[in-house]
Amino acid sequence: MFEVMTKSLAVLFLSVGVFFLWVGVVGIIRLPDVYSRLHAATKCDILGAGLTLMGLIIYEGFSFNVLKLIAVALLLLSSSLVTGHAVARAAMRTDLIPWQENREDRLRVEKEKLFREIFKV
Amino acid sequence: MIPFFIGASIALLMGVFAALYRAFKGPNILDRVLAVNLIGTNALVVLILIAYIRGYNAYLDVALAYALLSFISIVVIARYVESKEEL
Repeated sequence: MFEVMTKSLAVLFLSVGVFFLWVGVVGIIRLPDVYSRLHAATKCDILGAGLTLMGLIIYEGFSFNVLKLIAVALLLLSSSLVTGHAVARAAMRTDLIPWQENREDRLRVEKEKLFREIFKV
Repeated sequence: MIPFFIGASIALLMGVFAALYRAFKGPNILDRVLAVNLIGTNALVVLILIAYIRGYNAYLDVALAYALLSFISIVVIARYVESKEEL
């Protein structure tokens, strides 16, 4: 009874973790900008890998491997934060403009308005 | 549990091949860095699942070293891009 319960809990955690890893993949393909892709990728790191490792820890029970799995999970947790911050800061310092909807159209309208104001057409 | 682990690792490998699209096509170098980071995370989870499928405990140590190396490489590439003037 106890074994069945732990196994079903492990399967649940593993399924949710794989789902979140797929959410990260879909987000990094579909989203339009570095910043929004960063949002998807860091979600994938923490939630997907963390839940998968938690499912494996539940499946394993008490042994020496659990210590290694917990070390991997803590390392992923901290490294995901640091890499996300580093990539976002690099994007800000290289002057990447965040994505806006219909940016070219709005820029052209502003330019025409400025042209009319200056030359009094 | 072994067939479930095999199915999960096959699904994650399909995710790796889908994320290769962004690593190949990304307009900016930071997009490629993000895609490689995501591929590294997926490969790490697949490595741990393979350790449970085959029953090799040594793969867990390999996964630990892989997470550390991936972290260092991503941080170094981000700092290098940041230090340059133009992309």
